[in-house]
Amino acid sequence: MLSFILRRVLQSVLVLLVTGLVAFAMFRYVGDPVDTMLGQERTVADIERLRENLGLNDPFFVQYWDFLGRAVQGDFGISYRQGRPVGEIIAERLPATLELAAVSGVFALGFGIVLGIFTAIRRRGTAANVIMTLSLIGVSLPTFLIGILLIYVFSVELGWLPSYGRGEVTWVSGWPTGFLTSSGLSALILPAITLGLYQMTLIMRLVRSEMLEVLRTDYIRFARARGLRDRTVHFRHALKNTLVPVITVTGLQLGSIIAFAIITETVFQWPGVGLLFINAIQFVDIPVMAAYLMLISVMFVGINLVVDLLYVAIDPRLRAEGKAA
Amino acid sequence: MTDRPETDPAAGAPPRPPGRLYRAWDSDLAYAFRHSPVALVSAFVTLVLVLGAVLAPWIAPYDPFNPATLNLMNGFTPPGQTNAITGDTFLLGSDDQGRDVLSTILFGLRISLFVGVAAVLFALSLGVSLGLIAAYVGGWTETIIMRIADVQLTFPAILVAMLIFGVAKGITPVEYRDQVAIWTLILAIGLSDWVQFARVVRGATLVEKNKEYVQAARLIGRSPVAIMVRHILPNVLSPVLVIATISLALAIIAEATLSFLGVGAPPTEPSLGTLIRIGQGFLFSGEWWILFFPACTLLALALSVNLLGDWLRDALNPRLR
Repeated sequence: MLSFILRRVLQSVLVLLVTGLVAFAMFRYVGDPVDTMLGQERTVADIERLRENLGLNDPFFVQYWDFLGRAVQGDFGISYRQGRPVGEIIAERLPATLELAAVSGVFALGFGIVLGIFTAIRRRGTAANVIMTLSLIGVSLPTFLIGILLIYVFSVELGWLPSYGRGEVTWVSGWPTGFLTSSGLSALILPAITLGLYQMTLIMRLVRSEMLEVLRTDYIRFARARGLRDRTVHFRHALKNTLVPVITVTGLQLGSIIAFAIITETVFQWPGVGLLFINAIQFVDIPVMAAYLMLISVMFVGINLVVDLLYVAIDPRLRAEGKAA
Repeated sequence: MTDRPETDPAAGAPPRPPGRLYRAWDSDLAYAFRHSPVALVSAFVTLVLVLGAVLAPWIAPYDPFNPATLNLMNGFTPPGQTNAITGDTFLLGSDDQGRDVLSTILFGLRISLFVGVAAVLFALSLGVSLGLIAAYVGGWTETIIMRIADVQLTFPAILVAMLIFGVAKGITPVEYRDQVAIWTLILAIGLSDWVQFARVVRGATLVEKNKEYVQAARLIGRSPVAIMVRHILPNVLSPVLVIATISLALAIIAEATLSFLGVGAPPTEPSLGTLIRIGQGFLFSGEWWILFFPACTLLALALSVNLLGDWLRDALNPRLR
């Protein structure tokens, strides 16, 4: 058990070091920082002095180590485009993305589980079939088209919800939140649905197939034979055993939500880190790209690690295997 | 599937070996294809779209990228109506610059399909070669290749593609960026997608390489490259075909997404994604056709290729028979 955890942690650190290397290589070799910082009027001596000051003459691994050290402290250099520290820009934008991701995660999980149970219990019903067919279309629709469709229906045609931006934000102890104003909440709805829809269909299909599997097992038949009510059988006996894989998938999808937030944020002009990243690519703002890469890899690796450990903690069978090995 | 004619080769050789074409027609796969309405419809839609893309320069009613034939007065002509000033008619309407939407879709389809197919071919060759090498050579080579694959698999493909596109764009000199954008896009999507192929081929090769025919080939002194390419490769290709089809749908969507986000095909060579990006700007002003028709085309393309891939996977899966 301990060796499993250690191995996973070590692996995670390795992945982080590799992505750090990629980020550093981008930072260091794509575009010459000296070129960017010195103007047209420069002498060879100027260039040399700046190179020395920036540490560009140090050996590769010394530079890499310095880069990691600064990255850990949140120092990713200066954005080429905005001329401000990248760490500052990201810190400013991150709350918007996290709020959006959290709301769509809750949406996906809540509706996914409920619809999954429903379609499993009423397997032959018309409503269940309609939902399953719709989910198939939902999976094939690219995220940005879903966003545009929602904007068209709810903003252009019905005029109920705003189509861009974050609404009014209030500051709660240094964290700008959109949860407390009505314009902030209504601005959240469409992006959250857009972002969560794919994960919702995924969770729904997973819950459904797990539920169908579990409902066929002997202990469910026994529970029915005992004369328990349907509701007790479904929710107290069956549901519990379907949730183990759901937790894994949900955890892993959390990472995807943050990645796909890039698309949703662009469609809705949501002022988060995803939009920042897309603009960075458009204008080849390398420090921002490198910082985003580091940020997202820390999130992904962290989530993967937590999910793996949770899995072991939840499923007693895995723990037993760990002991035997 | 109970009334399927007996085509099991183990049941005894037929008296006269039938022709190649007949055997293809009579195969299990072709039989399953003929009896699946979903496969037939999606194959038909795919075929129509591919033909439209390939024949675009000849069948498109207008040349949308020739400034000489464009007339700004034609801008925003609704579908099927005659423009009051110029008297021109556009089947699917015209955009803000007076370009025929149908023609831009046909040319956009061409770019979308080209990027998708090229990216999948690139990912396929890279992934299959690396998978073969990893499994056949083993040792350090295998560890390094598969670790890279694992690290890359931690991140969603679309994110990897965006990053590669961004870096490649940064390396390219400014004056060439638009010219090579399509190739950068192919590189980015291809590199983001090779892992699947490598993993499947590696798995299959690990099984194959211990079989007797491989040992026999080794005994008669064939070179490792020849064994990998001529002996093992043909036996591991069938799952690759399935992944390639599903990958194509994903690559088309990835391309459209990147272009829609403005980090893909340049406005001078618009793909379906770029067209949707342009069309989104007119959503609020009521010119719905500039957005609607490219979006539908993209949807039809992605959906039909996707369904074909799903069907192929089920049809080739021996457990489902």
